[in-house]
Amino acid sequence: MATRFWFYAGAALLLLLASAALFAPLLTPYDPLQQNLEQDLITHSRQHLLGTDKLGRDLLSRIIFGARISLLVGASTVGISLLIGVAVGSLSGYAGGIADLLFMRLIDILMAFPGILLAIAFSAILGPGLDHVILALALIGWTGYARLIRGEILSLRERDFVSAARALGCRPRRIIVLHLLPNLLPPLFIQATFGLAAAIVAEGSLSFLGLGVAPPTPSWGSMLNEGRQFLLVAPHLTAYPGIALMLTVLALNLIGDALQDRLESRTR
Amino acid sequence: MKRYLLYRLALLVPTLFGVLTLVFLFIHVTPGDPVDIMLGETASAADRQELRQILGLNKPLAEQYRSFLIKLSRADLGRSLYERRSVAAMVSERYPATLELALCAMGAALFISFPLAIWSAVRHGSWTDRATLMFSLLGLSMPNFWLGPLVMIIFAIQLGWLPVSGRDGPDHLVLPALTLGLGMTALLIRMLRANLLRVMSEDYVQTARAKGLSERSVWLKHTLRNALLSLMTVVSLQFGSLLAGSLITETIFSWPGIGRLTMQAIAMRDYPLVQGCVLAISLSYVFVNFFTDLIYRWVDPRITYGN
Repeated sequence: MATRFWFYAGAALLLLLASAALFAPLLTPYDPLQQNLEQDLITHSRQHLLGTDKLGRDLLSRIIFGARISLLVGASTVGISLLIGVAVGSLSGYAGGIADLLFMRLIDILMAFPGILLAIAFSAILGPGLDHVILALALIGWTGYARLIRGEILSLRERDFVSAARALGCRPRRIIVLHLLPNLLPPLFIQATFGLAAAIVAEGSLSFLGLGVAPPTPSWGSMLNEGRQFLLVAPHLTAYPGIALMLTVLALNLIGDALQDRLESRTR
Repeated sequence: MKRYLLYRLALLVPTLFGVLTLVFLFIHVTPGDPVDIMLGETASAADRQELRQILGLNKPLAEQYRSFLIKLSRADLGRSLYERRSVAAMVSERYPATLELALCAMGAALFISFPLAIWSAVRHGSWTDRATLMFSLLGLSMPNFWLGPLVMIIFAIQLGWLPVSGRDGPDHLVLPALTLGLGMTALLIRMLRANLLRVMSEDYVQTARAKGLSERSVWLKHTLRNALLSLMTVVSLQFGSLLAGSLITETIFSWPGIGRLTMQAIAMRDYPLVQGCVLAISLSYVFVNFFTDLIYRWVDPRITYGN
């Protein structure tokens, strides 16, 4: 009962954030890039509910548009990571042999680096930019999915339904796509939910360090970085983007947790 | 144990080799000319040539790699382009500060998480249990690049209880250590609580109770000891993550460790220094994982990994 409640709470919160991101141009009172130097660093007013930043840009509008960046980077990263992870994991798990050995060594090497360090290193090489952030995060993100898929396929490939499909003459690709992958959807979906949260935090970290989305594009991480310079006079610049980021990650963690509980209680 | 050690060493060698290769390729996979990136496109041809020679970029790739490995075996990581000092010396100067911060963060995480997790498991299903779980979920959802400025505003700026930044005494450690350790605290609470609940329902715990052992004995000798065992791996692996997490925390609190040095090197495009910092952090991470595996196997000989 409690699990279901937290799942719905997370889903409602995520839906709200996703809708805000989708309809950002309709919801925001101002252009997020529009500067008004006469109204800089306002804490809050009737015109600017969450105040303004150092260039007089409306903070609420920037936070709503920032949701677009966070969700876009998160979803793209998870999408690309899933594509690579599923392909590598399936090939490695089903074919075995030298392909498995090589892929697993590569994954071991990539996982030997702390994720954020590798993301920072890749971003430093590629330079700032939305597509570069997605690429850097996807380059480190696929390994977890590949390991999960490989492990699951190793345990499933000797099961009767796979042997039956093989005996009927199904080709390996058909067995993987039609017989094995559908069985992997629940754990994959859970990992993708946590992966989305991790990608959003990683994008925020990179933008906070000046290696992510380039200004003036509104990103929660870069907004937090800008706010750091005005902690004494304008703490709202730090508080509000951080709350938006935390709520997004919290919503995804709630959904992921609830799904994991459900899966565990089913398999128990 | 000896066979296991050899097996783990055999796995460690290709991983180390791969890490070194990836760090070496760091400069070479840069899109465009790395010299252009470091010096800017307006640099003179002579300056470019000099930098190319310093970095050894004028030699064939295989020779550069060989020279990189030979130098590395002598702990020579090259020279910083801006400070004109040995990268190895700069990294080793900063490393203790990062280690100090990571150890304190881990200490804080253990100190906070253990009582909370035990309390939560003992009062399973109560409002205190739910509150602890919610706290841990919030902790996991709160990125340290937000938590850092937040605790800075509250405890350093508004209340004035603790210093804002720097490394000058134990009080300077409190805010960075709490910021860095919160994620680990949250994770440990969840894992230890789950482990305790699992162990509490095991037959041997019921048997211990049926034998008439005191609740204290059941907890200390049977439940807690077994629940802590599987937690050991998480603690060690998290320690490696703390070293990496220091990149952000050290930047926020101007903590003079290797994380801040990395970010300064990236900002100045000092690639030999970036390479040295990345290598130091990743090798620490690899060795922490390696020793964790060995210790875990030593503590619990039932554990096997493959063949």
